[in-house]
Amino acid sequence: MSGILAILEQREGKLHKMALEAVAAAQQFGRELNQPVYVALAGAGADAAAGALTQYKIAKIHVVNHALTADYTPDGYAIAFRQLIEQHQPKYVIFPHTYQVRDFAPKLATAMNRVLVSDVVHHRAENGALVLVRQMFQGKINADVHFTGDAPWFASIQAGAFRADNLEAGSAPVETMTPDIKPEQVRTRPLELFRESARAVDLTAAEIIVSVGRGIKEAENIHIVQELADALHGELAASRPICDNGWLPMERQVGSSGQTVAPKMYLAVGISGAIQHLVGMKGAKTIVAINKDPEAPIFEVADYGIVGDLFQVVPALIDALKK
Amino acid sequence: MKIVVAIKQVPARDSLLKIGASGAWIEDADLAWEINEPDAYALEAGLQLKEKLGGETVVVCAGPERAGQTIREALAKGADRAIHIETVEGEMSDPLSLAKILAKALEAEKADLVLTGLQSDDLGYGQTGVILAEVLGLPHATLIMNIDTEGSGIKVKRELEDGWFQHVEMPLPALLTIQSGATKLRYATLMGIKKAKTKEVRRVTAAELGGLREDAVKVTRIYVPEKSKKSQVFDDPPKEAAAKLVEKLRFEARVI
Repeated sequence: MSGILAILEQREGKLHKMALEAVAAAQQFGRELNQPVYVALAGAGADAAAGALTQYKIAKIHVVNHALTADYTPDGYAIAFRQLIEQHQPKYVIFPHTYQVRDFAPKLATAMNRVLVSDVVHHRAENGALVLVRQMFQGKINADVHFTGDAPWFASIQAGAFRADNLEAGSAPVETMTPDIKPEQVRTRPLELFRESARAVDLTAAEIIVSVGRGIKEAENIHIVQELADALHGELAASRPICDNGWLPMERQVGSSGQTVAPKMYLAVGISGAIQHLVGMKGAKTIVAINKDPEAPIFEVADYGIVGDLFQVVPALIDALKK
Repeated sequence: MKIVVAIKQVPARDSLLKIGASGAWIEDADLAWEINEPDAYALEAGLQLKEKLGGETVVVCAGPERAGQTIREALAKGADRAIHIETVEGEMSDPLSLAKILAKALEAEKADLVLTGLQSDDLGYGQTGVILAEVLGLPHATLIMNIDTEGSGIKVKRELEDGWFQHVEMPLPALLTIQSGATKLRYATLMGIKKAKTKEVRRVTAAELGGLREDAVKVTRIYVPEKSKKSQVFDDPPKEAAAKLVEKLRFEARVI
C-alpha cells in the first residue's frame, strides 16, 4: 500500500471551496511521509473540475465516470470509491469534512471495516505514521487519535485546518475510471436541489457584524444586541439555534449551514463557538467575543474578549461606544 | 410504522470538564448528564411520526447504569419501550464497534425506520448513524429536516451546505440522521412521567453483544487545546471591561 488519496467534492464542474484545502493536506502528509499524492473526483462535471487541478503536484487525478454516479448518492459514491481504493491501495484516504463527506465517507470506511477519523484539525507524523488531532466536546477538548488497525486509513479534514494558498505546482495526469455499479445497488433517489428563499440580507458585504447566540436566552432580549449592532453601524447576525427558534430569519445565520463571512470585525455575543459556527466566521480580521464561560471555544479564535454576563456587558459596551 | 431511535447520554452542556487520571478521557465522576441534544431531535421526529402514522417508537441507548435516567426521560416523552445496552463506566469504544453492538441489539426488532441525531456533543464523530446504516445494510440519508411517507417508501428533505436543500426518495427499511432544530422539542407531561415507570426497558450488556473495542482507531490522549491566537480577554466589572475593549478596538485593532 502506498500513497495518499484525496477524495474531493465538486458540483457541476466547480470544486467545493474546501477541495484545495484537502489537496494541501494531502501534499503536506505526502512530504512528511514521503508518499505520492493522488486525487479522485466523481459526479457530473468531474472532468471539468479535474482540469482545475492539473496545475498542481499530483501523481494522478482519477475521474470516476458512471451514469449512476452523475448525481450524488451515498450508495453510488461508496461503491465507486471502494473499487478505486481496492484497485490502487492507498495508505491514507483523506476528505474535506463537508456535508456530503459526512453523508458517505463513514459508510465507505465501514464497508471496508475501517473507521474514518472525522473533522481533523491538526496532525503530526510519528514513526512514519500520522497521529491525528480532532476536537471533542464541541471544541473544548482536543484528542490525539492513532490508527490501530490496518491501512487504508481514512480521515476528513476540518475547514480551515490546512491552507490552500501555497499548493505545490506540477503537472497532473488525468485518468478516467469506470466503476462496476448496478442500478439496484443505488437505493436512494436524489431529486433536484433547491433553496427556500432568495437572500435579502447579504452578510458577506458587511464590514462589521454583531452576532448573537444561545446566551441571549429569549427572543425578547435580542433588541439589546441589535442596539449594539446599530451603535457599531454593523449588521446583525446569529448562530444557528437563534434562527432555528425563529428569533431571527435564516438569512442572518452564520456558519456551515448559513453564510460564510469575513468582515473587518466580528463581534460574537453569547456564542460558545461550536465548530459549525466558527467555520463561517473565523476568516474575520478582528474577532471579539462576549461570553460568560471563560472556557468557551469562541475565545480560542478571538482577538479580544470580555468574560461576563452579556446582559450587563452589552449595555456597558453601548455606553462606552457613545463616549 | 416501527421506529427505533438511538439516543446517547452525554455530560450536560455547560459542564466544566477536567481531564481524567488516564489522560485519555474526562473525569466523569461529578458531572451532570443529559440526553445528547441532537438525539432529542431524533426522538422528537420519531414520536411525531408515530403520532401521525401509528405504530411504535422504541429507544435504544448504550451507556452505563446512569443512562437509565435518560432512557426514563425518553419514555416519559412518549417512547413505548426501550433497550438499554449496559456498558462499563469509562469503557472506550470506536464508533464502528459501538454501531456493531447497536446493530446486534436491533437485529430482532426489524424496524421500518431507524433514527439518530446528527452527532454527539461529547465525542462528536458525527458518524454513528451512517455506520449503523451500513452495518444493518440499510439505505440512509443525513441531516433530515422532514419525513413524508410515499407509497411503500419515504421522501425526506435533506439539508445541504450554504442554504441548499434536496428531496431524496428511498425504500423502507431505512436509517435517517435528523438535523437539529427543525422542530420544537416537547416536554414530558406528569402523566407521561407516571406512565414511564411501567414501560418495558430490556437490559442487555455490551459484552453479551460482542463487546466494545478500539480496534480501528484509538484515542491516546485528550487535552485542553492551546490557543491558536493570542487573545486579550478582560474579566473586569462590565463597565471597565467595556471601556478597555472600546479603547483596543479604536486604537489597536482600529476597526471602529
